[in-house]
Amino acid sequence: MVLALTIGLLVAGAAYLMLDRSYLRAVLGFLMLGHAVNLLLFASGGIQRRGEPLEGTDPAAAADPLPQAFVLTAIVIAFAITVVMLVLAVTGRAGDDTADRERPAGRSEPVR
Amino acid sequence: MTTAALLPLLVGLPLGAAGLTAPARAGAPWARAVLLGLLGANLAAGIALVVATSGGAVLAEPVGAWPGGIAIPFVADALSSLMLAVTGLLALVCTAFGLMTGPGAARLFPPLVLALLGGVNGALLTADLFNLFVFIEVMLLPSYGLLVLAHRRQGTMRSVSGTRLYVAFNLFVSTVFLAGVALVYGSAGTVNLAELAGAAQESGTVAAAVGVCLAALSMKAAVVPVHGWLARAYPSTSPAVTALFSGLHTKVAIYAIYRIYAVVFDGETRWLWIGVLLFSATMLVGVLGAVGENTMRSILAFHMVSQIGYILLGVALFTPLGLAAGIFYLLHHMIVKASLFLSTGAVEERHGTGALDGIRGVARRDPLLVAAFGVAALSLAGIPPFSGFVAKLTLILAALDAGQVAAAVLAIVVSLLTLLSMIKIWNSLVRRPDEDGEPAGGGGTAVAAPPVPRVGLRLTLPALTLAAVTLGLGLGAELLYGLSATAAAGLLDTSGYVEAVLR
Repeated sequence: MVLALTIGLLVAGAAYLMLDRSYLRAVLGFLMLGHAVNLLLFASGGIQRRGEPLEGTDPAAAADPLPQAFVLTAIVIAFAITVVMLVLAVTGRAGDDTADRERPAGRSEPVR
Repeated sequence: MTTAALLPLLVGLPLGAAGLTAPARAGAPWARAVLLGLLGANLAAGIALVVATSGGAVLAEPVGAWPGGIAIPFVADALSSLMLAVTGLLALVCTAFGLMTGPGAARLFPPLVLALLGGVNGALLTADLFNLFVFIEVMLLPSYGLLVLAHRRQGTMRSVSGTRLYVAFNLFVSTVFLAGVALVYGSAGTVNLAELAGAAQESGTVAAAVGVCLAALSMKAAVVPVHGWLARAYPSTSPAVTALFSGLHTKVAIYAIYRIYAVVFDGETRWLWIGVLLFSATMLVGVLGAVGENTMRSILAFHMVSQIGYILLGVALFTPLGLAAGIFYLLHHMIVKASLFLSTGAVEERHGTGALDGIRGVARRDPLLVAAFGVAALSLAGIPPFSGFVAKLTLILAALDAGQVAAAVLAIVVSLLTLLSMIKIWNSLVRRPDEDGEPAGGGGTAVAAPPVPRVGLRLTLPALTLAAVTLGLGLGAELLYGLSATAAAGLLDTSGYVEAVLR
């Protein structure tokens, strides 16, 4: 129950932050969403069994190691992309807000 | 058995070579040689796999020699082999174009392309949902780098909004996909596709969980209503990179939709109407979006959305004819779209603009390039004798056969609209520069119009190659259609796939 509520809270916070026009806040929103999904991954393995999944532990009590591996992988990937996004947030002349300056796509400097 | 054991190399070699070429200096010949050599070998391996699986055989390799069900398997059946061969062809041609133009001069171009290739191959080969997520990320991370490289070549970073949008969108969708994977694991207890076979048909909970994954993949494939990102992000980078992405990224998502719906839902007919509805809307909205655009690449990007609707209509019909037509359409579309992006990209590269009113007079200087564009454009619209005609005809016949008359009529109407906006680009290309009293190249204050550069044969060659392929596929459609039908049979009866994976 607590886990479910936490996931819900994180998703709500993520949605709020992602709807902000500032890119930095949106990045923070993505971080929160990532955490919410990581908790969801943990929950998918069942939260009753908490023993360490090593030899010697009663299999009935051992936690499912697969979701843990999933979460570890997901954290690494999300971290890498967050770094890319943070760089993008501070790069470029346009500042970090995502407002749309209508510029025709492609390289159209000479014409316009 | 021995062939199957080589499958992980398709992922391992490009990733290893990416690490090897990372320290190379900008434009180092050996790094380019490694890049092109591996891309060539990759294409050869793809073709070899197509030959090996053309009889309906399924090659599976449980990586690390774990028993089936525990191992993360790599599988190549007819569909994945065809995809591997065509993505390999596109990667080679687009990279060659990239090396001749802007982005290829960047120091990190070879390793980024190689890592991208490894990710694409992995996503096409894996039979595990979580592994699919990982490989899609392996494919996307170098893409972000390539997008930024393309920007830097244009002098200052005028705007990174396209890249920002692309990264944010993809991270969001990947997170949704990951949530879907979590739900699948929670409800079915496995993320192995073969173990999930038919699971969505038996349990509504699993169906909903896999539905989340499919929704995320549809967003990645730019299905209406989540298509705006593609039209905005793709034209914002360099032409070579756009062409590369157009052939690889959305198509991997489409492949995954075909695969997952066939294996996990087992072609459940109850949900097909959702697909027919959404994909028909995609066809129409994409082509209408192109009407208002005034640069070559944004027109082409909107057309891509429209064509994605056609391709996915095949899986929404889920009949033998529909699936075969969809797969044929997918392969044809990848080639033609890349050809169009490359021919217009060559013009953009030389003229410095892709705006329709800035590219006049190209036809007189570069008839060969315009011919390549014309062939691909007619193929896209579905005119015989090119491959687009076969693709559209079989798809429309399949839709009629399945009783989806409205979708079939829509498909015909949308082809006409496609032709219309292809004519728009064509007109700009062939119009003489001095018509309407406008100077060429936009040199407004210049006393004499500046000499307009020719595109030249070298830059034309990549687009021309792919245009020749579409002509070949149109004339020899029998061969590819036969292979597509084999792939479709593999999707209709997944027992061979499941057995090979769980062996």
